[in-house]
Amino acid sequence: MITVHQLKKNFGRLEVLRSITTSFESGKTYALIGPNGSGKTTFIKCMLGMVIPDSGSIAVGGEDINGSWKYREKIGYMPQIGRYPDNMQIGQLFDMMQTIRNASHPVDGELIDAFGLRDLFGKRMHTLSGGTRQKVSAALAFLFNPPILFLDEPTAGLDPVAVEVLKDKILHECRKGKLIVITSHIMNDLDELATEALIMQDGVLRFDGTIDALKEITGESRLGKAIARFMNRTHTVSDTIIRQKL
Amino acid sequence: MVLPGRYTGNNIKIAKPLTLIGVDFPVLDGEGKHQIFTVAAGNVTITGFELTNTGISSVKDLAGVEAIGADYLRIFNNRFIGTYFGVHVANTKACVIEKNFFRANERKEYETGNGIHLWQCSDAVIRNNYITRHRDGIYFEFVTRSLIEHNLCVNNMRYGLHFMFSHQDEYRNNVFSKNGAGVAVMYTHNVKMEYNKFEQNEGNSVFGLLLKDISDSEVKHNTFIKNTMAVYLEGVSRTRFEGNNFKLNGYGIRLQANCDANTFTQNNFLSNTFDLATNGTLVLNNIDGNYWDKYQGYDLNQDQIGDVPYRPVNLYSMVVERVPAAVFLWRSFMVFLLDRAEKALPVITPENLKDNYPRMKPYDYRSSA
Amino acid sequence: MSRIIRYVFYDILRTRFVIFYTLFLLGSTFALFQLDADPGKVILSMMNVVLMVVPLVSIVFASIHFYNSYEFIELMIAQPVNRKSVFMGQYFAVASSLSLALLTGAGLPMPFYGITPAGIALLYTGILLTWVFVSLAFLSAVLTRDKAKAIGVALLFWFYFSLIYDGLILWVMYSFMDYPLEKVTLALVSLNPVDLARIILLLQLDISALMGYTGAFYKAFFGSSAGILFSAGVLVLWVVLPVWLSLRIFMRKDL
Repeated sequence: MITVHQLKKNFGRLEVLRSITTSFESGKTYALIGPNGSGKTTFIKCMLGMVIPDSGSIAVGGEDINGSWKYREKIGYMPQIGRYPDNMQIGQLFDMMQTIRNASHPVDGELIDAFGLRDLFGKRMHTLSGGTRQKVSAALAFLFNPPILFLDEPTAGLDPVAVEVLKDKILHECRKGKLIVITSHIMNDLDELATEALIMQDGVLRFDGTIDALKEITGESRLGKAIARFMNRTHTVSDTIIRQKL
Repeated sequence: MVLPGRYTGNNIKIAKPLTLIGVDFPVLDGEGKHQIFTVAAGNVTITGFELTNTGISSVKDLAGVEAIGADYLRIFNNRFIGTYFGVHVANTKACVIEKNFFRANERKEYETGNGIHLWQCSDAVIRNNYITRHRDGIYFEFVTRSLIEHNLCVNNMRYGLHFMFSHQDEYRNNVFSKNGAGVAVMYTHNVKMEYNKFEQNEGNSVFGLLLKDISDSEVKHNTFIKNTMAVYLEGVSRTRFEGNNFKLNGYGIRLQANCDANTFTQNNFLSNTFDLATNGTLVLNNIDGNYWDKYQGYDLNQDQIGDVPYRPVNLYSMVVERVPAAVFLWRSFMVFLLDRAEKALPVITPENLKDNYPRMKPYDYRSSA
Repeated sequence: MSRIIRYVFYDILRTRFVIFYTLFLLGSTFALFQLDADPGKVILSMMNVVLMVVPLVSIVFASIHFYNSYEFIELMIAQPVNRKSVFMGQYFAVASSLSLALLTGAGLPMPFYGITPAGIALLYTGILLTWVFVSLAFLSAVLTRDKAKAIGVALLFWFYFSLIYDGLILWVMYSFMDYPLEKVTLALVSLNPVDLARIILLLQLDISALMGYTGAFYKAFFGSSAGILFSAGVLVLWVVLPVWLSLRIFMRKDL
């Protein structure tokens, strides 16, 4: 579904992405893991076209995304921090997104109902708490039934009930054959949701394979431990384990 | 007595006292070649004619009526249409020119003469004439003890009124409007100019009233509206400007530094770009007791006189004096700040040129204007 | 793009700031008309508002708005929407809502006190200046990543065009006062939209005729149809050039 080839990006002198090559397939959920500043968000933003890479290529559904925007119809994105026009009401925001995306097929309002957002439709965005904003962001990401979902820290700031609702939704959508990429620092969530793992460090993809494989290599049964152990190994590029080798 | 009709007027010479009365304005046509009347005797009266189409000559001043040594000449109720000079009088005492209409043909300035031209005359009265499209509306040279009143000089090519070396004359209730260069008064003393209106003399180097080398004169109760420079003074001494209204002019008064001992009082300065401009730092004139609409002082004792003196000379007018192109920054924020700074601490503008008794309210001259 | 314009536009119209701006203009215009019977003088006072306040409000509001909309812009970019549409949508929405505020605030009282050509010119130059300074705000916003810095740059733009530029010009003119400067100043005026707007207004107020040779020169130039086209063209260039440049930067910008 998505192929990435030798993707490079510098911010000034800082090399944020150093030649990332990988691919994502439909029907799988990927956990994008790495310490702060390892390039996760930049990587996702490259795939969204929000950051323009210095070199390399990204293709979505076989089509190169450089200079194109149409492919984003296939993507739902939930940002880390969702901010919206202050004076807009929640209902208006959903309306606007629908007009802008020109949704022809029926929308997926499941999360709107599950989060009870419909009761808040008259509220203006600037009156909302951080958690409610997250709910709005999540509902928006799933609203158009996109085959690809990028979720950047989806559970951060949500109340426990909402977290469970969202997790169920993610699992459900995955089962429907969608491609889902999640970044999170909550390893238990990832353990539950994802089957694949990508570990990034200093702009390099150091692991690209199934979570099971990762656990096997490290001899740990929990993802959190497995990653900690993996990260503590010598930091060299030759150490990088990518799918193709496995 | 001349009956209605059209006559070719080919230099009709009048050499003895005579009264010529036209009935229903008979037309005397100079056929573009000739002068019409030449008067060379006293006590001649010409009335009721239409004089038209005199010749044009750069050598001889061809006129509708030319008079030399014609004391007590009376010219009234005539029309001068397309004459080169209208009335040209020389060496004459006590002539009266009244209620005539002068309109020159649309020509270049050097192809047009003056409407009323007097040279070496005395005790003349010029009253109720309408003069347009001539070179100078009224031209005086060496004319003394004369009265010019209720005339209307509009759209003349050069000056509405132009006089030199003409002492002890009085100008009252005239209107000088839209003339090429306004009104010029030069090399004269003891002149009175009262209740005249100078308006819309606009353009480059144009004056409402130009005063050059004038002394011991009075300029009172005149109205100056929309002139590039309402009054321009050069070498003027001991002259009193009182009760004049200066409104919507580029410059209200432009005072060259060689003017001294003049008094400006009880005048109104309203909505002029610059009220008073000068080119020197030492100015020996008195400007107390005027109303300046730009004055921002206060009057604590309520005596209608501002408690702090007003300095009407604007710093920026001094800048424009030196760099005319800088005028395009007028009303910009920077100029505003410069002015404020200069008002607080005068450095360039003349320190002593100030109104010590600025009025809080404008004088009411509506009845007179 | 039109959908984005519509949404952002209504959003801005509801912010207290634009309402306050409209009321401020409305209040001061009514007050000026009430205090002074002479409409010419009123326009002259309003000219100061248009030349000082309008650029300041436009540039500050637009750069603050751009930064407050940063996440919204991010959200839009993640949607199947052209970057150009997002950027230009924001631009048109900000510029037209500020124009509407000006038109309402300064224009609404006019029919009550008489519409004059000078009044029309005032609104026309005010609106053009709004667009110019929104353009400059967007340029300063895409040039820096930091909100405070961008507002700083925006204020500097305003300060430069309102004051510093004129000071420099005056200094230059003083240095070269022995040369004929009319044509040169014409070029210099074109390099500052505020100066250009002021001259267009002063000519409407008919003060120029009273300013001697230079005034007459400007009047002859700006009064002719070529001059009107020229001044309008230069102002439009001042609108288009910064916004074109900032769009180019934005198209390659990482969000």
